[in-house]
Amino acid sequence: MLIALTVLTLLVLAASIRYGAIDFSVAQISRALASLFPGQPEPTLDQRIFLELRFPRAIMCLLVGASLGVGGTLMQALFRNPIVEPGLVGTSSGAAFGSALFFVLGGVLHIGTSLFALPVAACIGGVLSTYLVFLLARAKEDSRASIVMLLLTGLAVNALFMSAIGFLQYIARDPQARSITFWSLGTLSGASWKAVEIVSISTIAGALVALRYAKQLNALMIGEEEATYLGVNVNRLKWIILSVNVVIVAVATAFTGVISFVGLIVPHILRMIGGADNRYLIVASALTGATLLTLADLLARMVVRPAELPIGIVTSAVGVPVFIFLLRRRRYVF
Amino acid sequence: MLQANNVTFSIGHKRLIEDITVSFAPGKLHLIIGPNGAGKSTLIKVLARLLRPQDGSVQYEGVNVSDAREAELAKHRAVLSQAIEVAFPLTVREVVMMGRYPHFGGRPGPADEKIVDEVMSHFDVTEFSARDYQTLSGGERQRVNFARVLAQLWREDGGTRSENGSSTPCRYLFLDEPLTFLDIRHQIDFMKKVRAFANASDVVTVGVVHDLNLAARFADQIVLLNHGRFVAGGSPADVLSADLIRDAFGVEPSFVSTQHPGLHLIFE
Repeated sequence: MLIALTVLTLLVLAASIRYGAIDFSVAQISRALASLFPGQPEPTLDQRIFLELRFPRAIMCLLVGASLGVGGTLMQALFRNPIVEPGLVGTSSGAAFGSALFFVLGGVLHIGTSLFALPVAACIGGVLSTYLVFLLARAKEDSRASIVMLLLTGLAVNALFMSAIGFLQYIARDPQARSITFWSLGTLSGASWKAVEIVSISTIAGALVALRYAKQLNALMIGEEEATYLGVNVNRLKWIILSVNVVIVAVATAFTGVISFVGLIVPHILRMIGGADNRYLIVASALTGATLLTLADLLARMVVRPAELPIGIVTSAVGVPVFIFLLRRRRYVF
Repeated sequence: MLQANNVTFSIGHKRLIEDITVSFAPGKLHLIIGPNGAGKSTLIKVLARLLRPQDGSVQYEGVNVSDAREAELAKHRAVLSQAIEVAFPLTVREVVMMGRYPHFGGRPGPADEKIVDEVMSHFDVTEFSARDYQTLSGGERQRVNFARVLAQLWREDGGTRSENGSSTPCRYLFLDEPLTFLDIRHQIDFMKKVRAFANASDVVTVGVVHDLNLAARFADQIVLLNHGRFVAGGSPADVLSADLIRDAFGVEPSFVSTQHPGLHLIFE
């Protein structure tokens, strides 16, 4: 199962680096890769496009897809609810708000000429909004945040940030408003090797930590009290899993904008195929998330080429019907 | 030996249990009875260290459990609750295997697999092994969960066999209204299995049941709670007296005799 998924991921990656605004042949790709080694001729313009745009974009796509897939699995396991998205606890709407604020204010305040100003703004927004959700969800009597409370507070805070983004869009000048729109629909066009480095660290570290707690997440499936009886420190588990989710989703969102539906649909598909054991699900959702997002990116680049669509439009447009089809095809207990 | 000393637990200003001192010896089946709101489930949860009392202490073999690590405690303390829902599709075998989670790190070892095999056949759930837990009926689910809980306490040399030496630490089994949603045949079948497990000399078993006749038939010791307080404790014959039942439950019991030995109650 996992081997088949890995092979599929690699096949899709190969397609992703070949096709796009311009197509590269296998020979071109291998020449471009060869030019990286010392003693080879300087890369041509085409080869540089491949090495500096196409290739990092493809890798970025894998990483972001993996992040969203794992994030979705973690959130669904933690909330014991199959309709939860990784952005649910406010992370992605907060990140979107941070970036919108940056688009509107950045020019005025003359901050953020560097490449990372936008990701940093988004990341801060994501972390702060998640923290806000926690603060508000905390019960008066004890310091524990109950899962239902988190879920509902997350919904409310998401709505709040979406309206704030709407407001910023409304007061923004035209090019800024377009930037906000484009970013809140998600795009991988800004991928660079530096971004790949950062996202790969958060994705891989996050997935490894998550995998360590897969067994405890399994125990949580039978309820918080029961998990406690099985030796799980439930409060600690919640904090760890939520932190992992915030980091991987906020970092991924920070570089690519809001990409919906991947985190929701990936764990669904995998549970239908191979059951809900998180030890399998976390690894498989990383691979499947990577594969699906790469396919979506390929589609986003191909349908209107040489231009491209925001990837979030593709993931929603393709994701929604697939999702509804899956729900209707199988008896699925909520 | 399980000991609760002057235990009080409250939520806000409401005291759910108050100043309860009671001890439970190994090798016996202890059942807690009492009307709704008497604090039975609260007491079980305090004894099992899910809840930490504001006052008083709970001791396992003389050691206060308030500071014990969750993961350590789970190796010799298991709790069966009523009506367990599993949030996602999971095979019955994996649910039972959860009972072994406290005992292994990454993947289950051969001993864990063997124990799961044993408890599953002990509870006649082997045939469901590969089935999705969510497709089982209420009674089947409860059998699976009982298998899971005993897998947690099972020892490789056999879970029900009693050991003579006191060198091994006690195991603690708590049952929080386990009979809800079971039909009468499964209730009796279930109590027989609890009874058999509770006989092991290193097992402390404390349960909550509603049915006074089941308590009378299966318990070695009964604890009667009312309004969060300890009312009486002792053998079924001592505790299930007309006066105590009338005071606690507000019903008038009659005692009938049948060809079966023991107490049999009917209520006016």
